[in-house]
Amino acid sequence: MSDVKKVLFGPILANNPIALQILGICSALAVTSSLQVSLVMSMAVIAVTAFSNFFIAIIRNYIPSSIRIIVQMIIIASLVIVVDQVLKAFAFEISKQLSVFVGLIITNCIVMGRAEAFAMKNGPGMSFLDGIGNGLGYSAMLIVVAFFRELLGAGKLFGYPVFETVQNGGWYQPNGLMLLPPSAFFVIGLVIWALRAYKKEQVEEPEFKIVANSRSQEAL
Amino acid sequence: MSSNNDSIQRTIIVAVALCLVCSVFVAGAAVGLKPIQQENRDLDRKRNILAAAQMLQPGESVDEVFATVEKRLVNLNTGRFATEAELKEAGVNVDSYVQQAAAKDPALSTSLKGGNDPAGIKRRAKFATVYIVKDEDAKARIILPVHGYGLWSTMYGFMALENDYSTVVGFGFYQQGETPGLGGEVDNPNWKALWEGKEVYNEEGKAVIGLVKGSVDPNSPQADHQIDGLSGATLTSRGVTNLVQYWLGSEGFGPFLAELRSEGV
Repeated sequence: MSDVKKVLFGPILANNPIALQILGICSALAVTSSLQVSLVMSMAVIAVTAFSNFFIAIIRNYIPSSIRIIVQMIIIASLVIVVDQVLKAFAFEISKQLSVFVGLIITNCIVMGRAEAFAMKNGPGMSFLDGIGNGLGYSAMLIVVAFFRELLGAGKLFGYPVFETVQNGGWYQPNGLMLLPPSAFFVIGLVIWALRAYKKEQVEEPEFKIVANSRSQEAL
Repeated sequence: MSSNNDSIQRTIIVAVALCLVCSVFVAGAAVGLKPIQQENRDLDRKRNILAAAQMLQPGESVDEVFATVEKRLVNLNTGRFATEAELKEAGVNVDSYVQQAAAKDPALSTSLKGGNDPAGIKRRAKFATVYIVKDEDAKARIILPVHGYGLWSTMYGFMALENDYSTVVGFGFYQQGETPGLGGEVDNPNWKALWEGKEVYNEEGKAVIGLVKGSVDPNSPQADHQIDGLSGATLTSRGVTNLVQYWLGSEGFGPFLAELRSEGV
């Protein structure tokens, strides 16, 4: 039971795919300008990681190692296409906003990373849970980032005004930078900082030690 | 077991079997969901037609409002509404006619290859679908389909004109694949609102409306014909200017609108 819990909820704080493994950053920048879009993207990623892990785990003993990456990619790509088709059919407006980013789930390192690292070595049930867990970790980060970006960038949450903006006669001057993708870097950076201050074991050893009392010198 | 897996025979069997299963799965989803997706696309198209004409209030049913709009075909070669005889000869039905498909059919379109093709559309359909919104007096607003090439994609949109057939009521694209955040800003409501009230034609009757680099100088005599360019999207901006001028110019709806102006609908 504790195993299930660890696999399912571990990736949210202790082993977050974005914050600790620094995977899937690209899509985290692109789709987090509003909460609604982030939520749909999160669900799409959870579905894809869970099912790709599941199917890969089922056939893991039959996959020839020489073509295993291609096999994983085929399964992931098929699932992403299906998810894209489903979104176009049932959430047309949002699929228009997500545009290419649903298709780009194929290249999301988290999906591939979990398939290779977990699903190739574990049974279908556990792999499915691991997929959901990592999807949740990704989602948690996406939603935190989207919360700050939408709130500070547009003064809204889920499209409903929270801070009345200056344009509408209120007091809040929206921060345009927050609506642009680079702002996600700042938010993600701050979240990682906060997370590592709380969970000290996530702090990495520095690769190089800076010598004490060193002073920069001009090149001669 | 693993050594057995790695034989060439096994590798090929696994690869073929997996491809077959996945393709059936993907094809099944695509075909099975197609009717619902088509419905969504139609609804989106209607919504965009109404949005261009500023006819849609929040909370109203798109289909209900759309029922008040009259759909007619224009013969772009003659610059008049297509007559029954012309339609019969071409085997075209007003209700089922799709301009986007007709532009690919040699019998229903003309090639613009090597000729005058500033909008980059390659083939122009002979008949164009226009939508007419009648009010109490005989004069009517008109909604015209326009399309042309931007940077990456052909952009499809609608432009609605006031009953002087020169003042823009609204303009927007319903299908485009430009860079999100740059050229994709053609979908930005703030930018689309800039088109409202602009004049398409100058005094000589030439379609001069277009985008300028940066912002429009309100004191310029041309300000009525100019819209702010999209920053960071020079090629998309150029594409929009080209397609608007092409479709409203002498090769597109120009003669038809001139006819309407003098004779009414």
